[in-house]
Amino acid sequence: MSLLSVQNLTVRYGERKIVDDVRFTLNEGDWLMIVGPNGAGKSTIVNAVSQSAPYTGDVQVLGKDVRRYRAHELAKLVGVLAQTHTMGYGFTVGSVVRLGRYAYAPGLFSAGHAEDEAAVAEALALTGLTEIADQNVLTLSGGELQRTFLAQLFAQNPRVLLLDEPTNHLDLVYQKQVFELIRGWLKSPGRAVASVVHDLSLARAYGSHALLLDDGKTLAYGAMDDVFSPEHLDHAYNMDVFAWMRGLLSQWQVENEDQ
Amino acid sequence: MAGFSAPRPEGELPPSARTTQTGKREGFRTGEFLLFSLVTVAVMALCVCIGSVSLPLRETVTVIWNAIFGLPMPEGISVPIILSVRLPRVLCVALTGAALSLCGGAMQGLLKNPLADGSTLGVASGASLGAVIAIAFGITLPQLPFAGTMVLAIVFAFLSLLIILSLAYKIDFSMSTNTIILIGVIYSMFVSSILALIISFASDRVKQITFWTMGSLLGTSLQNALVLFGALVIFGGIILRYSRELNAFAVSENNARSVGVPVGRVKLVLLIAVSALIGVCVSIGGTIGFVGLVTPHMVRMIVGPDHKRLLPASLFGGAVFLMLADLVARTLLNPIELPIGVVTSFIGAFLFIVIFYRSKRVRV
Repeated sequence: MSLLSVQNLTVRYGERKIVDDVRFTLNEGDWLMIVGPNGAGKSTIVNAVSQSAPYTGDVQVLGKDVRRYRAHELAKLVGVLAQTHTMGYGFTVGSVVRLGRYAYAPGLFSAGHAEDEAAVAEALALTGLTEIADQNVLTLSGGELQRTFLAQLFAQNPRVLLLDEPTNHLDLVYQKQVFELIRGWLKSPGRAVASVVHDLSLARAYGSHALLLDDGKTLAYGAMDDVFSPEHLDHAYNMDVFAWMRGLLSQWQVENEDQ
Repeated sequence: MAGFSAPRPEGELPPSARTTQTGKREGFRTGEFLLFSLVTVAVMALCVCIGSVSLPLRETVTVIWNAIFGLPMPEGISVPIILSVRLPRVLCVALTGAALSLCGGAMQGLLKNPLADGSTLGVASGASLGAVIAIAFGITLPQLPFAGTMVLAIVFAFLSLLIILSLAYKIDFSMSTNTIILIGVIYSMFVSSILALIISFASDRVKQITFWTMGSLLGTSLQNALVLFGALVIFGGIILRYSRELNAFAVSENNARSVGVPVGRVKLVLLIAVSALIGVCVSIGGTIGFVGLVTPHMVRMIVGPDHKRLLPASLFGGAVFLMLADLVARTLLNPIELPIGVVTSFIGAFLFIVIFYRSKRVRV
């Protein structure tokens, strides 16, 4: 049984279809890269699947309609990382991460179990936030804030991660480390990831499958190498993507050889 | 940043993970609880003693003590002043302050909006409209003379909240601070126009009606205090029960959904509880503006934004703030008594600007 199955997903905004009849499935070990130009509907898919945007179609987790799950049961299976975070209040990094444990003990009197604390501490350590666990989130840089929510997601420890531009605010070092971290996370059995990624090189390097969107419609879906063909990409981005990428890469090769 | 290391093999905890203890600041500690209670009781005693006739503290305490334990009363004028005028009023003031502050704190978390409050959102105006309709058209429930005003106030508070929030959703899906406040202001203006209309039809009850729009706890009884206490135990209990969920909402509604909070249900329950509490407060004391805005904000500066600490502290903070405001209202222009709403709005308007200014600067 697939971890996540999305069929005939359509999201309308007024008359316009932002997402038009999209389907995909996530099986154990899959890392699906949702790619496409701006306005293709990538983030909207994440919003719809995570129940924060109205949609029509069928979204199933472990063979059961997501709408039939109780909120905290679903949170143990599917976790979402949003693209941007604006903080209104000065919570500490640790307390934001600890919210990730909500699903394991909903209600008032259940916080502070040893297991929860261990999960929080591990998530903080994995994302390099242990030292600033008591810091006010309003004082964080964009990258630190993004890692705070990634840590929350690790503390939540779901089986499916839905990531909307997970390295949006991160510089190269953290970009690499976040992707490596998720790749490591994915190695455990029974897990899968779907992520919206802008950077096609990163998508190609880490994804096992890809969903290429253009104007809300599926242009190509399947194994990474089949989707990332010149025909598909050139059509979606209206340019010679392969030539552009090779052109970018060649700059680095020339510099290396000169030295 | 140095701790951010390469991925580890599964199941292996990094050495630093075990040693971190970040759970130390959760909840309201006993010491804090005692401190806040002590301050509240001290202010309460002060407020009972001071007034148009000042009474010595020892006498006041003796009278209250004897009344509680049914002991014989000392002779003198102070007994009726304390037991039938000052004490009921101070209790009502304290309970109203606590309830309104709790509501303000809860709404500020729920809507992730530091300026949310019954008065800024227009909920209090809505509730007073309900109360005024009940007075003007003589709507009462059989056997319960006060219940008509109260029930209508609660219903109107809830309807107002629904109208304001759905309008805000329609106009601006992200429900930004400015949109909500703007709609609240417009809604309040709309309500005052209807109030003016009703007053022109029910001119014989003008005095009673102006009372609701100004807010005053003059002449409240022990019965009122009991009703307020009951409402605070029931609805305040519900709000306090959702402290963790409010923390998630205060981070963001989407984040709350992501970590497993049943957002729709929690939101509805909280909005009902808040409307009910505001409705009860308004039906007894009229619209007392800005308490729910100011107190949670000041309390947040002391205990931080975690609702497990913020909400209980707001209860005490609100009681103290409103008791002091009432004291000022009673004594500043003695023997003329100001409506308490005048005092709180005066202070609140200034603090509103300060908070607005700060929240603009902080947002990244």
